[in-house]
Amino acid sequence: MADLNPHERVQQALQRVAAEVVPDLLEAFPGQVEEIPLTADRIPQVFVTPDALETVALWLKGKGFVQLVDVAGVDYWPHREPRFEVVYHFRELPNLGMIRLRVRCSEQDQVPSLSRIWGMANPAEREVYDQFGIIFKGHPNLKRILNPDDFEGHPLRRDYPIRGPRDLIKLAMPADEGRYRPFVSEPPEEGK
Amino acid sequence: MSGEVVRGDGGFITTTVDSFLRWAQANSIWPLTFGLACCAIEMMNLPSGPQYDIAQWGSEAFRSSPRQADLMIVSGRLSNKMVPVIQQVYQQMPEPKWVVAMGACASSGGVFDNYAIVQGVDKVIPVDIYVPGCPPSPDAVIYAIQKLRERIRKNDPKGGLAVYG
Repeated sequence: MADLNPHERVQQALQRVAAEVVPDLLEAFPGQVEEIPLTADRIPQVFVTPDALETVALWLKGKGFVQLVDVAGVDYWPHREPRFEVVYHFRELPNLGMIRLRVRCSEQDQVPSLSRIWGMANPAEREVYDQFGIIFKGHPNLKRILNPDDFEGHPLRRDYPIRGPRDLIKLAMPADEGRYRPFVSEPPEEGK
Repeated sequence: MSGEVVRGDGGFITTTVDSFLRWAQANSIWPLTFGLACCAIEMMNLPSGPQYDIAQWGSEAFRSSPRQADLMIVSGRLSNKMVPVIQQVYQQMPEPKWVVAMGACASSGGVFDNYAIVQGVDKVIPVDIYVPGCPPSPDAVIYAIQKLRERIRKNDPKGGLAVYG
């Protein structure tokens, strides 16, 4: 172990998590956790139902995944239903293993907040709420963190106009047509 | 003889208070550090170092307090959340005060044509000089300050004995 470089240590830890922790997790929460195939980054990942998220997180914390690295939101509109995913990364310390939890939710769904378990989840979930409009149930202070308090809409949603309210103004210049929509929308490949 | 400097024979000069004030104001423009983005890195070249020695025009004293500054160099993109801040800082500057919009983002929003960025700081505070470039070279900012000094010395309504209410 000592003669491995940090990259090899991380890869070894990821293989161990995929071989030992993920089967235990699937066994402990039958029907609530669903495994996803590995992608290029080799981080083991699972889908979790919103109801089981808190207990799964506590279970992982007891297994040594003591650090919540990040909370992120993903919007798959209009390709998936429900459209959102909340993605959690946990790191196992000091063994450097990682695991990724994905929670599917729609605009009306509420995802349980992890801010009672990790204090770091408080600002991270506020950011996801600010940018995507995903409601976190039980969050003590769920308000905007990046955008101004009087901001309308959630700008990282795929259907949010890039120029905000100015996009609703019809411009008279014909050269402006299509200037801000240069790319063709493609279905996402990640996570399938 | 307003605006004129008349040299007397006995080693004295006469002038008006207005042109004397304009001369003093134009030669002691103290900029405020309002660095918002990457243009601020170019702006930092101005007072520091021998290449762009802005001290030769009396502007080397970049102040951190708006109450001691005459010129606000808005260097970088201004986000919507920053608008109350820049308005408050601008109001805290004593009269007479000038604003230079440095770079494409401060002048017009630049490439950031999106919901988060103000499309030009002249939407929220009055701007005297616009400097193009992404970022402008320090020479361009020095040129803008030269134009501003020229304007203060000649006909800028904010210079000299203007009364502000």
